[in-house]
Amino acid sequence: MSRLLLSLNGIHKSFAGKPVLEDVSLSLKQGEITTLIGPNGAGKSTLAKIILGLIKPDSGTSLPNAELNIGYMPQKISIDPTLPISTCRFLQLANTSHQACHQALESVGIRHLTKIPIQRLSGGELQRALLARAILRNPNLLVLDEPVQGVDVNGQNALYKMINNLAKTLNCGVLMVSHDLHLVMSATDQVICLNRHICCEGHPEKVTQDPAFIDIFGQTTAIYSHHHDHDHNLHGEVLDDHTHQHGESCNHE
Amino acid sequence: MAKFLMITLISMESLVIMNDFLLYAFLAGVGVAAVAGPLGCFVVWRRMAYFGDTLAHSALLGVSLGVMLDINLNITVTAIPLILAMVLVFLEQKGFLSVDTLLGILSHSALALGLVVISFLPDVRVDLMSLLFGDLLAVTQSDLWVIYGVACAVMILLGLLWRQLINITVDPELAAVEGTNVTLVSTALMLITALVIALAMKVVGVLLITALLIIPAATARQLSHTPEQMAVVASVIAMMAVVMGLAMSWYIDTPPGPSVVISAGVLFSLSLGCRRLAS
Repeated sequence: MSRLLLSLNGIHKSFAGKPVLEDVSLSLKQGEITTLIGPNGAGKSTLAKIILGLIKPDSGTSLPNAELNIGYMPQKISIDPTLPISTCRFLQLANTSHQACHQALESVGIRHLTKIPIQRLSGGELQRALLARAILRNPNLLVLDEPVQGVDVNGQNALYKMINNLAKTLNCGVLMVSHDLHLVMSATDQVICLNRHICCEGHPEKVTQDPAFIDIFGQTTAIYSHHHDHDHNLHGEVLDDHTHQHGESCNHE
Repeated sequence: MAKFLMITLISMESLVIMNDFLLYAFLAGVGVAAVAGPLGCFVVWRRMAYFGDTLAHSALLGVSLGVMLDINLNITVTAIPLILAMVLVFLEQKGFLSVDTLLGILSHSALALGLVVISFLPDVRVDLMSLLFGDLLAVTQSDLWVIYGVACAVMILLGLLWRQLINITVDPELAAVEGTNVTLVSTALMLITALVIALAMKVVGVLLITALLIIPAATARQLSHTPEQMAVVASVIAMMAVVMGLAMSWYIDTPPGPSVVISAGVLFSLSLGCRRLAS
């Protein structure tokens, strides 16, 4: 029985009068991987920040489990080149134990970069370093904002595998944010499609629609396809609102 | 032999009397330089150079208001930059103008307002040049107490908050998720900056404060591998610049504040040379 880590109920948020999130409810459970997808400007990062407690919703509640301990991997990080800081030291900001930092770097496969200045890491190496920092405090929930951004296809595959393995080892819940509507980790237990409101949610289809696609991307990724029961206009507003019901009418398992 | 000793003692004594103000200048400069080093590192890491300038300019307004309202200058010179920093944070959150533009508006408005208020005080003779470029040679014993008291407080604050300060400098959101109170720590950094600026005003004046903060830090960057190393090296380099500037001022009769900044600039150029040699 997986434990509930956090539940959001009826979250609304707007910036400067412009609604970004409308009536969003979801729950995250221990041992479950949830992927949040949606186009640019859909409010994915805002939702992630509400879950992280970085911003407060206008209305609605965020109820974290008392034992919730979040490990966060931001979308990107820019550290001024004038700050002399090694990869190991960067990790020690989260957990001062030298040994824990080395272990974390080992588990993401960049132990050899311990002493390198963090600004000198390549895109993929930096993503791994950020992942290592996220797992350093033994979290029970990992929030990963576009974790494979700027990484080539093979690297993405490897990174997804690594996240999956780490999540299993730590037995934690995972919330992954992705703007990519086509490429979603097949290990995902729950996919949430967000476009200001939750359009639909559920298990990713195990359909192999294009064998060539699988040839390229391997078995860890699959095409996730779903059908909306409603359309959006250019402003993202739902057209023909009355036919839209969350949950039941969504065309996937 | 006894005669030689006598002469030596007398000459030493006269040296001490003659150089009393030089000694005070030296002690004041070194005390300020010690804290300017680590704080300057944060100014460089967090790209706050223009922010430092703005606070420094508003310190002049602090002086003129202090004189006008007859309040202790040490208080107004710290309080006005602090208030300005709060106004900046408030306007920044509104988000309708870039920080750069806001700083430009606040910095020059504060400087102009300070100059205008000073011009309204005909009875009080305020030495504008010493405010703008510092007057290290006019430091008194009571100034020294203030400088060392505040410098100690700043060092203790920096020491206590060091890890959190580095953490919010690297990434504030990551720090916040991991439990750092980002608002509290960055407000503390603003307070520290305002305090150091109030101190540094005596040494290099309003217009050159940022130089004393960023040049030693930038010089130290070439020579360090950890944030702590950089902070310590910046302190030492700032102290060296103060000593060199005072010596320059003493021997070739240059204004001390600008001389300190020139010395810092020379040290920076040398560090660039060292780097080239090393690589």
